[in-house]
Amino acid sequence: MLGGVVFGAVMYKIPHRNPLQGDKQEGQAAITPYVLITPDGITLITPRADKGQGAYSVQAALIAEELDVRLDQINIDPGAPAPAYYNTALASDLLPFRSTNTNYLTELARSIADAPVKLLGIQITGGSTTVPDGYEKLRWAGATARETLKAAAAQQTGLPVAQLTTRDAEVILPDGTAVSYVSLASRAADIDPVKVDALRDPSEWRLIGKPMQRIDITAKSTGRQDYGIDVRLPGMLHAAVRLNPRRGPVNDYKATQAETMRGVKAIIPVTDGISVIADNSWRAMQAAQAIKADWGPAPYPAEMVEHWQALADSFAEDHLDSQFLDQGDVTATDTPIIAEYRAPYLAHAPLEPINATVLVTDTRIDIWTGTQIPRFIQANISALSGFDPDDIHVHGQMIGGSFGHRLEDQVVRHATEIAMQMRGTPIKLTYSREEDCAQDFTRQIAMARLRGGVRDGKVETCDLGIAMPSIIASQMSRQGVPIAGPDAQIVAGAWDQPFDIPNYRVTGYRAPDLAPISSWRSVGASTNGFFHDCALDELIHAAGADPLAERIRLCNHDPSRKVLEVVGEMSDWSAAMDEGQGRGVGFCLSFGVPCAVVIEVTNTPRGIRLDKAFAAADVGRIIDPVNFEAQVSGGVIFGLGHAINCEITYADGMAEQANYHQYEAMRLYQCPQVEIRGLENGERICGVGEPGVPPAAPALANAIFAATGQRIREMPFNKHIDFV
Amino acid sequence: MKLKVNGTEHQIDVEPEMPLLWVLRDELGITGPKYGCGIAQCGACTVHVDGQAVRSCQLPVGALAGEVTTIEGLGSPEALHAIQAAWIEHQVAQCGYCQSGQIMAAAAFLDVNDAPTDAEIDRALSANLCRCGTYPRIRAAVKTAAAKLAEA
Ligand code: FES
Ligand code: FES
Repeated sequence: MLGGVVFGAVMYKIPHRNPLQGDKQEGQAAITPYVLITPDGITLITPRADKGQGAYSVQAALIAEELDVRLDQINIDPGAPAPAYYNTALASDLLPFRSTNTNYLTELARSIADAPVKLLGIQITGGSTTVPDGYEKLRWAGATARETLKAAAAQQTGLPVAQLTTRDAEVILPDGTAVSYVSLASRAADIDPVKVDALRDPSEWRLIGKPMQRIDITAKSTGRQDYGIDVRLPGMLHAAVRLNPRRGPVNDYKATQAETMRGVKAIIPVTDGISVIADNSWRAMQAAQAIKADWGPAPYPAEMVEHWQALADSFAEDHLDSQFLDQGDVTATDTPIIAEYRAPYLAHAPLEPINATVLVTDTRIDIWTGTQIPRFIQANISALSGFDPDDIHVHGQMIGGSFGHRLEDQVVRHATEIAMQMRGTPIKLTYSREEDCAQDFTRQIAMARLRGGVRDGKVETCDLGIAMPSIIASQMSRQGVPIAGPDAQIVAGAWDQPFDIPNYRVTGYRAPDLAPISSWRSVGASTNGFFHDCALDELIHAAGADPLAERIRLCNHDPSRKVLEVVGEMSDWSAAMDEGQGRGVGFCLSFGVPCAVVIEVTNTPRGIRLDKAFAAADVGRIIDPVNFEAQVSGGVIFGLGHAINCEITYADGMAEQANYHQYEAMRLYQCPQVEIRGLENGERICGVGEPGVPPAAPALANAIFAATGQRIREMPFNKHIDFV
Repeated sequence: MKLKVNGTEHQIDVEPEMPLLWVLRDELGITGPKYGCGIAQCGACTVHVDGQAVRSCQLPVGALAGEVTTIEGLGSPEALHAIQAAWIEHQVAQCGYCQSGQIMAAAAFLDVNDAPTDAEIDRALSANLCRCGTYPRIRAAVKTAAAKLAEA
């Protein structure tokens, strides 16, 4: 690869070392870490993982907008993990500021909180941050590369830069002659990156805001897209694991039968389990099944009743975690409305079971895996193997769904433990669906208690307490990162809602650590959006007010109010419904995005049928309307499916659900008609992968109430009512 | 043992109980069919055997009688099957992991029913799980493909 150029992070405050500089070959230059140009073509580096949310396309579009290339003219590469790719937007959601609060002090605090994330070079895909993080950074990178290429063309032709323009990966000379970017690569390699003063005005955009075709869409429609599970290397062997379903140590095991099975090459103990290495994945899984083991006890309560009891016991002064919202006097109500809500553990269960391929040699470790945390993997595998982090190379793979699953790296650690024993042989470890389910770091279990009051047809008091274990503490404990202070996720999606209720308090109670938990699409808001909005719906009903009109009356944030109004229009909210039908609204502001959902249901003799779903969301700026629609629609369907029929429960310390027959979520026949609308009134640009989830479940519960008079306060709803 | 996949004859040496899915993926390197559940619950592994949609994770290769077509054999980026073209037009895929199976199931279905109603589409494709929730676009793409196939 001769004569290439790499365009880098120059414009963004003080840059981290450009990771492309290190691998640079003769004739290549590095100017930004996001654009690589060689005589073979143009590669855009898209460091945020793509788990189906279209992150690669969105990142590429932001760079391409300023670079003046078409999306069909470029290749993309997730790049190597590097501090330069740290996530700017991640820290702001860790702070107890409302996302609707954009005053000077809040913004200052956000930028200060950003510093440690930058310092650590934390490269994480999550929290719907890909777009807010890259929105400016990636455009600056594209602009820098463009201007540097123009400078190279000026040098080559002797023409002044001002006379040059760019289009479709070419510099255009005044006489119309086109000079391709790739032909300028080696010359551009020798000049300093050109400093760009301003980004283009949105009115000049060619890509952003217009419907785009995802760059992976043809590959994904023709079976040509490779995922981590499809990695094939010369001499590779396949591994399967049998892990303690109680997530503890192995007392003893017998693999005598497994050892003799066809294709089995080795049996190697791994942390909390045993692995089988064979010449075919199926043979490895079969042999793993044949192992007999005596599993140690679970490091958490063995039975579900104990988990619920622990939550119930946490509504106490000594478990108080936060009270970011406390206004008026919530004790004033004399005839309080009391209710209790519950939300279960949930598996992530993306369709691609987790997997990792690892090759250990004497000098380096190579890891091929779909991951949201490449830098943590480097650190963890370094600690596990004794190799220097610089000798650990993570090759990010396309991800077949995550929903937060790939914020964990247990599978990589297991694969490395095996590969350390089999140096020189690439090992692909694929968890069986059953292991994937049993070993999942699930969504949190949570409980909420409402004490509220109404007066003169209005909601007057809402006092909501929420108890759950700390998601962030559980998750970060596996990354060796201690977390101090209150966990804002315990109350996220509840304390920060844009409503003016005169007496209004949200209290977070931190339950003890129970089963290990992790971030699940929309994190705290996945449970709290349900709690808060259902509680509000109950109060509105008690006040005798209209559910939508009263939410709008209480709303104190313009973009949120607009979202409620629009969903009302879309669903023709006040139109009459037939006997047995019902309409419910749900609202949640999460990750800075207000999202309102209306669900229409019919109570049929065979159970509840979902007829229609309407959703409106405001992300400030829509990068690609096609993908926006897909993400909101997918989020709503994801929220509904799990609310209807999913839970992970523990008995004897083991998850009772092993595969999709026990964990169905939504199937096609249950899926309502879905209509989505995007608004752009918000002050900040926000990501859209998660905010569709939290309002879906309450909208359905509220619709079921409207149709049947039955309040459902616990997910999954099929414990209380049948569905068609 | 011999088997024919996408028009090519292959010689394999495996136990007859090995599911077709793993023969395709690990023995022949044909990775379009995906592993999702291994117990006929998700449909990610769907292939055609003599034109019929089959869950390859549940079919012991020894019991295979007929020619196998996988997503790779249905069409290619250069020569798309009408269903693949509709899937691209509607941009159905999110993570895309289920879509090989969705497309193979839809292709076999439209082969026997070229003017399906919504209820028929729902029934025919409900055994294929999509964790990303692409169902509304699946419905739309099946209808577009049906219309296109009817024209042809
Ligand atoms: S892998 Fe065959 S149906 Fe799921
Ligand atoms: S697109 Fe991800 S599972 Fe269907």
